[in-house]
Amino acid sequence: MNEFVLIAGMMLVTFIPRYGVMALLGRIEMPGPVFRALRFVPPAVLSAIILPAVLLNSEDGRLDLALTNSFLIAGIIAGLVAWRSKNLLLTIVVGMAALWVWRWLLMSAGG
Amino acid sequence: MTSSTVPTRRGEFWAGFRATLPLVVGAIPFGIIFGALGVTSGLSPMATIGMSLFVFAGSAQFIAAGLVAGQAGLSIIIFTTFIVNLRHALYSATLAPYVRNLPQKWLLPLGFWLTDESFVVVVTRYTQPDDSPYKHWYYLGSAVFMYTNWQLCTLLGVVAGQTIPDLRNWGLDFALIVTFIGMLITLITSRPLLVSAVAAGVSAVLLNGLDNKLGLIVAALLGVAAGVMAESVMPPEVNAPPETAGGVHHE
Repeated sequence: MNEFVLIAGMMLVTFIPRYGVMALLGRIEMPGPVFRALRFVPPAVLSAIILPAVLLNSEDGRLDLALTNSFLIAGIIAGLVAWRSKNLLLTIVVGMAALWVWRWLLMSAGG
Repeated sequence: MTSSTVPTRRGEFWAGFRATLPLVVGAIPFGIIFGALGVTSGLSPMATIGMSLFVFAGSAQFIAAGLVAGQAGLSIIIFTTFIVNLRHALYSATLAPYVRNLPQKWLLPLGFWLTDESFVVVVTRYTQPDDSPYKHWYYLGSAVFMYTNWQLCTLLGVVAGQTIPDLRNWGLDFALIVTFIGMLITLITSRPLLVSAVAAGVSAVLLNGLDNKLGLIVAALLGVAAGVMAESVMPPEVNAPPETAGGVHHE
């Protein structure tokens, strides 16, 4: 593996969508409907990252709704904390704590 | 908030910095686990640090390290990185109208530093109705904080990964997910936004089998389409506060 080529390639394909679209679209007037549609980008992308990460087994990619899926349990708890508190820092702290506590409980139960 | 005082470059920079603090906290464990994962997956410490310095894309770096460990070829890794990071094209398009008057010396670094976290923080600032001329300084404050933190955490992870062998089993990768959950929940302020999120999430689960993580970008586009459709068929929100209902909206 040529690490220099790897990093240069990854840098290029990451930088182009980030900078290129901004630089090109800045030169044209964006139609209103497109502008309004782009408001849905943040929740859509975040949700598309989150749901597979918490619902699918990381090893075989199958739907995993069991209580042994600690990402799912901690994710639900984090979601409830976020919804009730609207506090991001609290959500992160409680979510990570929930993950460790749940894994510890699973380990204890499993012997 | 900054809207109540006269905006200054310095004020905007530090406001962006402060608004990004919770997201930086969420990125710390993720950065450390990347550093640790990088060196244990077969990348050299220099390449692991170099990837954070020059690519600066958390989830793509994570996936790339996994692919290196799985002996994937160079072209597969670069192509997967491209697909995973295509969502930034959507972010970039969203920010484009706000940054159109900035010179290249601003656009180049701000483009390079575009991340999920800074995007959400910065787009929230840009859509606030005040006409501060220094909102790009807010962007800069957010981006510099995220970038500096990512470098320090990668470095820490590279060192920790070589000294604490089971660091990868601590579930630190969950920190990114839990951060995104917090961001998502606070973003959902209307029913069309909820429809968009549900559609994108369910699609991503169903499309997870697609090669090279292509499902992510397809699901995101489906979510945007669902949100647009929901907005056109749903009646306007009824739970708006009475003093603003029927008034001027800054959306």
